[in-house]
Amino acid sequence: MSTTDRYETVLGLDSYRGPVAKVLKLLGYTVMALVFAGPLIALLVGSLSHVVDPTKFSLIPEGGLTLQNFIEAEDRHVYEYLFNSFVVVGLGLLLQVLVSVFAAYSLARKRFVGASIIMLLILSTMMIPEEIIAIPLSVVLADIPPFHFDLIGTYAGMILPVGAWGFSILVMTEFMREVPIELEEAARIDGASELRVFFLIILPLCRPALGVIGVFGFTMIWDQYLLPLIVATEPSQYTLTIALRGLRGDEEVGIGVLLAGATLALLPSVLAFIALQRQFVQGLTSGAIKG
Amino acid sequence: MSSRARRRRFDLVPWLFLAPALILFLYFKFIPMAQGLKMSFFEVRTYLGDRWVGMDNYRQIVTDDRFTNAIKNTVLLAAATTVGSMALGLLLALLVEGKARHLWFVRTAAFIPVVTTLAVVAEVWRIMYYPGADGPVNSILAWFFIGPQHYIDHEDTALLSLVGVNIWRGAPYDMMIFVAGLAGVDRSLYEQAAVDGAATWRRFLHVTVPALRPVFAILFTLAAIRGLRVFTEVFTMTNGGPNGSTEVLMTLIYKLGLQQGYLGVAAAGSIVLFVATVILTIIVRGLYRKDARA
Repeated sequence: MSTTDRYETVLGLDSYRGPVAKVLKLLGYTVMALVFAGPLIALLVGSLSHVVDPTKFSLIPEGGLTLQNFIEAEDRHVYEYLFNSFVVVGLGLLLQVLVSVFAAYSLARKRFVGASIIMLLILSTMMIPEEIIAIPLSVVLADIPPFHFDLIGTYAGMILPVGAWGFSILVMTEFMREVPIELEEAARIDGASELRVFFLIILPLCRPALGVIGVFGFTMIWDQYLLPLIVATEPSQYTLTIALRGLRGDEEVGIGVLLAGATLALLPSVLAFIALQRQFVQGLTSGAIKG
Repeated sequence: MSSRARRRRFDLVPWLFLAPALILFLYFKFIPMAQGLKMSFFEVRTYLGDRWVGMDNYRQIVTDDRFTNAIKNTVLLAAATTVGSMALGLLLALLVEGKARHLWFVRTAAFIPVVTTLAVVAEVWRIMYYPGADGPVNSILAWFFIGPQHYIDHEDTALLSLVGVNIWRGAPYDMMIFVAGLAGVDRSLYEQAAVDGAATWRRFLHVTVPALRPVFAILFTLAAIRGLRVFTEVFTMTNGGPNGSTEVLMTLIYKLGLQQGYLGVAAAGSIVLFVATVILTIIVRGLYRKDARA
């Protein structure tokens, strides 16, 4: 046991290395992982087994594994909801990332009159939670001024409102400020146009930040609830998240299809998190600590 | 040449790059915000045209029992969730801070609820809370000889059950931020304190807690704001029931505005919620600033 280990952490748990301590630690960490991940593992297990009612919801599949729930999900239109979700998250994320990198390029690398006011405006949008504007947003979406477009019941109605996100813009702006100016100047001397500089010089250097805003944007759009609830007027327009509650079975149907649907709604965001974990934690701490 | 001269005075390029963001913000943040403020002073009537009612919508919020009940529930839920998540989050952070591989694994596993879509969290916990002795949570309690409890199916326990779910999803988030904060604490201070003969908990109290103060402030603000505008999990788990015991502001606003057509009252409720959020943020920021200067 070295003294530095002892003071690496507050509790210095690393310095307890006896067999009793080891067992206790293993037990504690297992319980902790199970408390938080357990219910979701049970969901995954349940979706792959013959679960008929909530009392059979557990970590151990009863009576073998099956894809039956996912096959029955077809009849309940789960894959149509999933398709809607993918359209919204795919186009929404593409739009959000493009909008963010464009805005950030301007804020980080251009000097212009009004830049600080724009920054303030963007910060102020983060003070307006989407729930608070939900009611008036439903009115605005039904009649976009001054063109009188009606976006209720359309994909556009679910996609455009998530297109600009203050958090994404700020993370990207912060990052773009760090790109050395010499690279940009060299390209300009070579006669590169504004768009060429942007796409060929700046953007490739921002790849780590693209990962951050990508994974956060994905989770943000995938998690949308109130917006699709307002925009969708009939079940065929539902995203998977808002369709879930309609999949709750009765005594006869069971909860199998619900579990399959919930698993499909769970997997994309969890996989995105696991794949881009470093970026996720980085964005989490920078976003939280800088406000 | 004249165009170049003009460009020196007003450069269009930054504005072109900003345009998409500004247009989207205008349409889906600022216009709705203005629209909401306007609607809150009107009785909104489709086809008949809106009728100016002054402060009536706001008056209704203050006097209507449903609103006072919803405000009470919202504040209780937000406060309990915030405090519970931060306390548990800090405890978990202390247990899992460090560089070892197994700690990283535990952190990752515990963090999964945070990235899980709220709608899924709600469905999973509706199942976990299944009433009767055979329900999943009740079965686990039975291992510890605790009898079956009521959860979201009962007036007295529904709100507390929602607090439980929110802490389950909130604590790992706070944990991750605390872990990042703990990594920034100067290690030599721990050693110094130990040399001075301070026990672990004193070291925690006098070195760690002061160092984490900005993290507390940020987490508190974020959680409180998120708590006030809670909607999805309540809507999907209880929809305000049973008997209004979990009705929060947003579920009530949703019902009034989008299901019953009282858009004016719903808009006024949203504005009240907005003002509460802003005031709370300003207070916390103010306290934090004063703290930082001292």
